[in-house]
Amino acid sequence: MLVYVALIVGAVLCAVQAVRAPKLLASVLWLAGVSVLLSTVFYLMGAIQIAVIELSVGAGLITVLFVFAISLAGDEALEAPSIVPRPVAGFLVMLAIALIGLQMLPLAPAEPTVAAVPFVEMLWQERGLDLLVQVVLIFAGVVGVLGLIGQPTKAGEYEEFEDGISDVVSHEYSPAGRPEPDGHRPVRTADYPQPD
Amino acid sequence: MGIGLYGLLITRNLIKLVIVLQVLVKMALLALVAAGHATGQVNLGQSLAVTVLVADTVVAVIGLALAVQVRQRLGTLDVTQLSELRK
Repeated sequence: MLVYVALIVGAVLCAVQAVRAPKLLASVLWLAGVSVLLSTVFYLMGAIQIAVIELSVGAGLITVLFVFAISLAGDEALEAPSIVPRPVAGFLVMLAIALIGLQMLPLAPAEPTVAAVPFVEMLWQERGLDLLVQVVLIFAGVVGVLGLIGQPTKAGEYEEFEDGISDVVSHEYSPAGRPEPDGHRPVRTADYPQPD
Repeated sequence: MGIGLYGLLITRNLIKLVIVLQVLVKMALLALVAAGHATGQVNLGQSLAVTVLVADTVVAVIGLALAVQVRQRLGTLDVTQLSELRK
């Protein structure tokens, strides 16, 4: 029991530091610490599979992704005050904790209603819909990232099509049209006859 | 979970928002597995936790890609400046 308490207190301290740290990179490292400590707690609770997944995904993949994103976006420290005043935020958090605590009462452990099922059978047979949702989520995530990471198009930039007709990217379009280096004015939608 | 919620309320940096969201979800994971452990159904808690972990990872990936794009296009990661730009 003491080990559980020590690990969870350590995870909470790491979480506090992850929120408080002014540097993003330091926050990410504290977050990785939370993942490591939580995966140890999971292992001790007998949830071996989720411990391994948490350690590899939470402490490994997510940390690498954060470091990559910070290297691209920069470690920008914002000194301005928060949107919600800190006392109000603290009050809201206390209120949320109190409401969750009320929902969790009584504290007597519930009796298991069904017999224990092996993890593989539970995951693949009884929670098959969850697996389907996971596949859809991963697919949506990949498609979303491909759309976001793609090369941004600048205003007035031409997109050449296979038929040789060029068009102007419509967003951030300047009505005057930006002159091209060869003096050619971009083709605008307004140049075409509009239907009545 | 309270730490993550507090961080969500006070944070202005987009990447930091994703970090505190991760903190929030990790504590929810702990609650799921602990509930499964307490009721003698660790495997049910694990299978639910796997789903949450996958969803959380996808959210983090999309959130980070969005933050990088916002930074490259608008030059800031401050959420208040983003809401001002919308006006």
